[in-house]
Amino acid sequence: MEYWLPVFYMAAMGLALLVYVILDGYDLGIGMLLPLAEESEKDVMVASIGPFWDANETWIVLGVGILLIAFPIAHGIVLTHLYLPVTIMLMGLILRGVAFDLRVKAGDHRRTLWNRAFFIGSTVAACAQGWMLGSYITGLEDSTLSLVFSVLTAATLPALYLVLGCGWLLIKTEGRLLDRAIGWARAAVWPMGLGLLVVSIATPIVSQTIADKWFSLPNFLWLAPIPVITSLLYLGLLLMLRRDELLQGSRNWLPFAAVILICLMAGLGLAYSLFPDIVMNRMTIWEASASVKSLQFTLVGVVITLPAILVYTLFVYRVFRGKATTLSYD
Amino acid sequence: MDLDPLLLARIQFAANISFHILFPAISIGLGWILIYFRLRYTRSGDKAWEYAYQFWVKVFALTFAMGVVSGITMSFQFGTNWPGFMEKAGNVAGPLLGYEVLSAFFLEASFLGIMLFGKNRVSNRVHLISSFFVAFGTTLSAFWILSLNSWMQTPTGYHLEDGVVMVDSWMEVIFNPSFPYRFFHMLAASVLTSAFLVAGVSAWRALHEVDGPATWRVMRTGVLLAAVMAPLQIFIGDLHGINTLEHQPAKIAAMEAVWETGREVPFTVVAFPDQETRSNRWALEIPYGASLILTHSPRGEVQGLNDFVGKHPPVAVVFWSFRVMLGIGVLMLLVSWWAAWQLFRRGKAGRPVLMALAAMTFSGWVAVLAGWYVTEIGRQPWIVDGVFTVSDVVADHSSATMSGTLFGYILLYLFLLASYIGALRQLAKKPAASLQLGPTPHFDTSARA
Ligand code: HDD
Ligand code: HEM
Ligand code: HEM
Repeated sequence: MEYWLPVFYMAAMGLALLVYVILDGYDLGIGMLLPLAEESEKDVMVASIGPFWDANETWIVLGVGILLIAFPIAHGIVLTHLYLPVTIMLMGLILRGVAFDLRVKAGDHRRTLWNRAFFIGSTVAACAQGWMLGSYITGLEDSTLSLVFSVLTAATLPALYLVLGCGWLLIKTEGRLLDRAIGWARAAVWPMGLGLLVVSIATPIVSQTIADKWFSLPNFLWLAPIPVITSLLYLGLLLMLRRDELLQGSRNWLPFAAVILICLMAGLGLAYSLFPDIVMNRMTIWEASASVKSLQFTLVGVVITLPAILVYTLFVYRVFRGKATTLSYD
Repeated sequence: MDLDPLLLARIQFAANISFHILFPAISIGLGWILIYFRLRYTRSGDKAWEYAYQFWVKVFALTFAMGVVSGITMSFQFGTNWPGFMEKAGNVAGPLLGYEVLSAFFLEASFLGIMLFGKNRVSNRVHLISSFFVAFGTTLSAFWILSLNSWMQTPTGYHLEDGVVMVDSWMEVIFNPSFPYRFFHMLAASVLTSAFLVAGVSAWRALHEVDGPATWRVMRTGVLLAAVMAPLQIFIGDLHGINTLEHQPAKIAAMEAVWETGREVPFTVVAFPDQETRSNRWALEIPYGASLILTHSPRGEVQGLNDFVGKHPPVAVVFWSFRVMLGIGVLMLLVSWWAAWQLFRRGKAGRPVLMALAAMTFSGWVAVLAGWYVTEIGRQPWIVDGVFTVSDVVADHSSATMSGTLFGYILLYLFLLASYIGALRQLAKKPAASLQLGPTPHFDTSARA
């Protein structure tokens, strides 16, 4: 118990944050794409995420929640260190979230203002999250190297979100907007690829611990599939995006699936790099963990509710399957 | 201004939670009111009820969105502002917040989509059930968060190990002594807040003759609900106070500005409590009042602040917040009964009643904030009553960072509050016909290709 409970919670936290990146990633990506679309298309883009964004955002509450439940000491250290980017991200999320409603309810004269707020909020939140990721990987240090690395991740994560957003639009839109989305996807996939490549190269440079974990035998052989599969997925994505008949057809979900798998691979790689530290080089998950009794108490809740959450999430996605139409309350 | 980081952390936390609670205070009550409109419509097929539903579901959507985004801020604030709190009390706070996320937040957030936009995509039954899950989720989330807050006021079921809280009994932690009072007082507060919102906006619409067919019917619902809940709330509040006297006598002493322990203590209606001279200036008193209310005997002994020197909260804020809450409670009772009497005995309400209702539209907000200030400031200097003080647990951010972000939050909140009320006005101004059409209909690709 003493050994496995923290491991379980570390895995659950990683999973919650991965799901967050994928789900809110496509929301935020669409928010960043908004200014590129025409007025009427904006409504459809927002409609394609309208029924989902709230639940999507809840995954970050769960991720932070698990950090708090299972590793209260680390929760304090991480969030005090990331105070500024967290605050900036929250302000971005606030703007984006209220803009969903206010862009249609505040009156027509305010529409442009709230569309802009939607875009700015999404972009700011995405960049701040990238920044937090970089700073977390480098062990929350304030060195120049870690700063440069954070800038790099602050640019890469939004690029990934853009591609996720395009992938979602490929599934949810039709006609002119679909054509546009294809164009956006073709453009956005390059910065994402470049960003992921540079981050992968830079990570072992900025962190000796991570370099040691990856570049020793036999670990290296074990881990080789992660970069190999990621590269293949990326190549596949490039090829898919070139084929119009695939993107216009019923297999239009394939690019989105490919990006999800890329996220999964990146998540696995990251998890391996960090484990068993909860704060890089400072604190392991066992040192930071809450009392066994508290962890057991919450475990009951997790085991009961998580399957239920998955079931009704799938149900909601089924209800709103198919192409998006503008939202209405009837 | 004194740039003490502790003070800044407190102000920032207070600003964020004060902003947050405005929206739960509405969505918890309004969620259930909407289900009522929905049921009325399905049962009778009456267009007016459908219209009432369509109007208020828009308000609900907006309120909910505000609640969600400000709530996400809250879930980070514990770590960013009070890291020591999580280190020391994480074994209690973590699981309770965790259960809130797992059982309540996902439920409400997931079914909200179907409730708002799925009416044509699912059967009537599934839609009703989804709306029920949303309302139930908001209430459940209040259950968990109030359990945690009540535990911080009246901690039980734990012991300390090296200064860290360890749980002995979860039942005692969750159902701690002040929890039932706080939970029902808050639920009633939320119902009252939304009842006055509903009645107030309807009265405003009636005054401006933006006549929707449902305006009067909605107003009746709000007024009746308020007329029933207001006395109930006063009753619950009285019980709540007696419970607080038992567990947090220093808080009660501050609420009543009783400086010296004694018998035959008068009730101070208004006064200026002066922390320096430790006495009340310009006090208007009712003889034996406090003894009578708190001990139910005119000669009963009431503990004064002299028993808690150095360990009691600031008096004036708590004293005045308490009076604001009481005042609004009594005002709510008077206005709702007056309006109910006219609406149900005479069939319609005159201009003065409509104006009173419209003026009270947001009165619930003021009472809720005042109530929370009594509760939270009244707990000072403790964060967990009698166990940890606030200064034990604060984060050491620089004052510059703290005041900068505080400034940012306050600007953002003022802007959002103005936008929220502006949007309500915008909705209230629209006559019924344009509302029933809803936003632009379907997205037609062929027309544009
Ligand atoms: C009495 C009720 C109450 C109180 C005291 C609080 N909340 Fe709250 N909160 C709710 C009642 C609520 C709610 C009714 O469930 C909300 C508001 C509107 C809504 O959409 O859900 C919500 C939303 C909400 C959300 C977003 C949930 C989602 O994604 O759906 C979070 C993360 C929090 N809250 C967190 C907090 C924290 C950390 C609090 C304490 C410091 C807190 N809330 C006080
Ligand atoms: C929702 C309505 C609430 C309001 C309006 C509110 C208001 C406040 C205010 C004004 C303070 C500052 C007190 C001071 O420093 O003098 C405060 C502090 C605090 N509150 Fe609340 N509160 C609310 C609910 C909650 C809940 C539900 C929790 C926890 C479960 C909570 C936890 C805290 C903590 C940890 C502090 C910081 C420590 C302190 O200053 O005492 N609050 N709150
Ligand atoms: C008029 C009769 C009322 C009485 C006697 C009363 C009594 C109390 C007391 C004693 C507390 C503080 C408890 C503590 O901190 O230990 C409290 C808190 C509070 N009150 Fe009231 N109250 C009344 C009316 C209202 C009304 C009308 C509202 C709102 C519509 C309201 C909302 C609140 C809230 C939100 C709190 C903070 C949460 C809590 O501690 O329950 N109260 N009330």
